[in-house]
Amino acid sequence: MPRRTGLTTALLIAAPLLLFLLSFLLGRYPVAPLTVLKVIAGRFLPIAPEWSPTVESVVINVRLPRVLAAMAVGGGLALAGACYQGVFRNPLVSPFTLGVSAGAGFGAAVAILLFDQRYAIQLCAFAGGLAAVALCFAMNRFHRAGSTIVLVLGGVIVGALFTALLSLLKYTADPASKLPVIEFWLLGSLSSVSMADMVPVLLVSVPAAAVLLLLRWRLNLLAMGDEQARIMGVEAARLRAVFILFATLIAASAVSISGIIGWVGLVIPHFARIVVGPDFRRLLPATLSLGACYLLAIDDIARTISAAEVPLGVLTALVGAPVFILLLGRGGLGWA
Amino acid sequence: MILKATALGFSYPGRDRAVFSGVDLDIAAGEIVCVLGPNGIGKSTLLRCLAGLSPPSAGTVALQGRPIGALSRAEIARSLALVPQSHDTVFAFPVRSVVEMGRAPHLGWLETPGPDAARQVTAALDMLGIAHLIDAAYTEISGGERQLVQIARVLVQAPHLMILDEPTAHLDFANQARFLALVRRLADAGLAVLFTTHAPDHAHLLADRTLVLSRGRKLAMGMTQDILSEAVLSHAYEVPVRKISFGAHVAFTVDVR
Repeated sequence: MPRRTGLTTALLIAAPLLLFLLSFLLGRYPVAPLTVLKVIAGRFLPIAPEWSPTVESVVINVRLPRVLAAMAVGGGLALAGACYQGVFRNPLVSPFTLGVSAGAGFGAAVAILLFDQRYAIQLCAFAGGLAAVALCFAMNRFHRAGSTIVLVLGGVIVGALFTALLSLLKYTADPASKLPVIEFWLLGSLSSVSMADMVPVLLVSVPAAAVLLLLRWRLNLLAMGDEQARIMGVEAARLRAVFILFATLIAASAVSISGIIGWVGLVIPHFARIVVGPDFRRLLPATLSLGACYLLAIDDIARTISAAEVPLGVLTALVGAPVFILLLGRGGLGWA
Repeated sequence: MILKATALGFSYPGRDRAVFSGVDLDIAAGEIVCVLGPNGIGKSTLLRCLAGLSPPSAGTVALQGRPIGALSRAEIARSLALVPQSHDTVFAFPVRSVVEMGRAPHLGWLETPGPDAARQVTAALDMLGIAHLIDAAYTEISGGERQLVQIARVLVQAPHLMILDEPTAHLDFANQARFLALVRRLADAGLAVLFTTHAPDHAHLLADRTLVLSRGRKLAMGMTQDILSEAVLSHAYEVPVRKISFGAHVAFTVDVR
């Protein structure tokens, strides 16, 4: 068993690194593998550039932000999803359960209608996602004996509220210019991500992910239920708020650059549980790795399969569903 | 004195009728105290109040001389551990991980259980005779086994007082006997044990002192041999209870018609 555990760990570390390098080779403009390494190394080390500025631009300005974004969004949504499932003790929960996606969609639509600038859309989507979750918590406070069920119910209600508001905006939006922009945003895509977009996302989600990973053993305690956690010395409500806060920061910043990409946050944690079991000490790093690999692979397909890009939010489920069904036949889900 | 409750009462918010009131109870190291009473009388609620999980509506609970409301959950968990009547979880954690969680109140926010904890887990499972369950999924073992796993978790938690809510409810006859012997051994080693049960026999076999809750709010608390009389039990359960003595053995029974 320890041997298999070691092999699994090695694969979970190696796979995203390999896929990262491989992804630079894909695309219309061919770049040799060694050149990719040199160009990237050249950013940090004093290597005399023997490659053309076009190659440099393709690797650094076009492919690097996109590859980074796919990994950050995929890994982030999967990690946030696993945390949400643990906190709510419910395998059907996703990072969008408390209305992050609905709030972000509404925020993005507001920004598209009012400002139509990239950074404004990103900022409003992020703020909208956070606002939705804050509203859920406020509703839970309002209820006398606030519980996780009331919180999830709050998510359903807040989600419906923001979806209705979004529909209202879409109804009033100019169908020739604004409406398609909103629709495409909602479908999810990484096609126009730049390095400048990635900086705030990484500044928020890398520290947040670090916090979640450092506290991950305590998620086992929370997943035993509030009462059981309190018996074992955990201030359950406070710890739950910490996990939800940092998982939400990650989910909202992911959505702010990618639009709504479903499926990853719900299914990758299940996939990871089949691979490493339900203990969050191994589960959280595994979701991070598998989520990053999964969305990167899907995005590679999205940008190479045809000249016109297929929206990511569509492909994640189209490719993912059969893969997951195959896996289901193979073993323990890690929950009952 | 590890735990001392004075004039304890509990009623649900917005309801006049108290679940229980005027309960005085104390327990010292190495002592075994049993709580008896009919269904719905508030035994579990009493245990929750004593463990600081529900704030009482009247009276006070002091844990090692300090009011329990002023202590953090970790401070409480280092002195007192509770085994609920039944427990379910969604995720199929291995028994090893569940028992290991008992270390939580002894670890800082960023600490995780290490090799020491792993040794304590094996020792606790051995002591309870369930070493073979170490890699089993907690969701796939029986209710009785789950309760033994919870007791193993308490041993790893290493409190001064163990509170058990109907610990023998899910156990077969042999496991009940094993469990009673284990509690006796733990108490002899200095652990205070407070438990509820529906079997007066178990109170008789084990408890130094017994508290009987009954509907008329009339409470009986004292040395077990004084409390476990036909009169007190018949009053509490509202059926005629017979006490049968045979040599050193005592059993309680009722007529079924």
